[in-house]
Amino acid sequence: MTDTSTISAEPTTAGLPDYPAPRDARCPFDPGPGLRDLQAETPITKVQWWDGSTPWLVTDYAEHRALLADPRISADGLHPSHPPRAAGMREAHQKHGRPFIRMDDPEHARLRRTVTAPFTVKRAEAMRPALQKLVDGLVDDLLAGPNPVDLVEAFALVVPSLVICEVMGVPYEDHDFFQENSKMLVRRDADPQQGADADQRLLGYMGELLDKKLVTPGDDLMTEVAQRVRAGELTRDEATRIGQLLLLAGHDTTANMIALGTLALLENPDQMAILRETDDPAVVAGAVEELLRYLSIVHIGHPRAALEDIEISGHLIRAGDGLLLPAETANRDPSVFADPDRLDILRDARGHVAFAFGPHQCLGQNLARVELQIVYSTLYRRIPTLRLATGLDQIRFKEDTLVYGVHELPVTW
Amino acid sequence: MKVTIDTDRCIAAGQCVLAAPDVFDQRDEDGLVVLLNPNPSADLAVEVKQAATLCPALAITVED
Repeated sequence: MTDTSTISAEPTTAGLPDYPAPRDARCPFDPGPGLRDLQAETPITKVQWWDGSTPWLVTDYAEHRALLADPRISADGLHPSHPPRAAGMREAHQKHGRPFIRMDDPEHARLRRTVTAPFTVKRAEAMRPALQKLVDGLVDDLLAGPNPVDLVEAFALVVPSLVICEVMGVPYEDHDFFQENSKMLVRRDADPQQGADADQRLLGYMGELLDKKLVTPGDDLMTEVAQRVRAGELTRDEATRIGQLLLLAGHDTTANMIALGTLALLENPDQMAILRETDDPAVVAGAVEELLRYLSIVHIGHPRAALEDIEISGHLIRAGDGLLLPAETANRDPSVFADPDRLDILRDARGHVAFAFGPHQCLGQNLARVELQIVYSTLYRRIPTLRLATGLDQIRFKEDTLVYGVHELPVTW
Repeated sequence: MKVTIDTDRCIAAGQCVLAAPDVFDQRDEDGLVVLLNPNPSADLAVEVKQAATLCPALAITVED
């Protein structure tokens, strides 16, 4: 039997803070002051979400990890208490299906396992020489091109787009099309109709690509997926959904790490100097982990729902409650990361949850690591005088998207 | 040390490989974990325990 005498009383709805809390423009890399206060005072608390629901906000590291890996926690986008990112999401999921990131096991595991092979540590490592060559070429293009330039458009978006296109077998000529449509899908304030249209266009594109791969197979992921459809292991709908998820997840996240990471390093020149001057791949790898921790770009909170009652750190999460699990607070937990607000590329930041934890941990993380190691060890060496071409206060941050970052990054050298 | 893995839980994240490459590998067809050595020597204890801690699926058990 549970001793409920030590469990905190639930606050009344009236007193709940609105969430998310805005960031402070003077400290754009840090969680906003409202969120910091919540983490300090009530690390587990209910908050008010845009749709009027009151999910639990769980901010500290240990609980964040434990809940993400707990089988009593559901990631199912159709669960009535799953906190929706934007209006119309649940209806869209019901009508048009959903990607496996919004499913639970066993369905999630079945679908995920059809696409894990290209993303192993070994396969990602094997891409290193080709990726280095790709990045070298893009830096050549940068140096030969306009100055100043928007690093987002000219470089940060291009690298991961080329990489994911290569892995999936998507022709790079189509990148404008999928970039435009993906932007619609990651905005939290998206008009539901625009989001739904973008969704359908991307799915349609994936369907056509699948058909092409059956006729003209390549050495790529969409060919493998097409063959699984033909073998009856995946339905066509499941396959197009998977293609869309990978395309989306594969470029927006890494692009934001490249741009925001560049900005963070420019704002921390001592850290930039260490990175630029090192010959040690371990230092570069460590810097990538620290930037992942410090930036925590997949922010605001992984949406979840409790399937059963869960007692955690003196609170009772009831079956049917929604939850939001933000990585940016877990990654700044002072009991885990000393002086957490400091960007310190020499610290051991392994164990961060920037790629999440539990069964949905980022599928592409090993490829992302290799890409970022290459970018961060190449860009600043090749362009050692790289600097902002505008003031930090002029930079626009993506507060209202799934993935944090900058809209543009005007740089010069 | 005795190491056991649960391939049903494994999500092919490969974090065990990054932490302890002498003890863990991933199979080609789907990236699921392969235990190269179920009885690693004591000098690998730190890496093996780190692998167990980092595994997102909680699929690795280590007994001293």
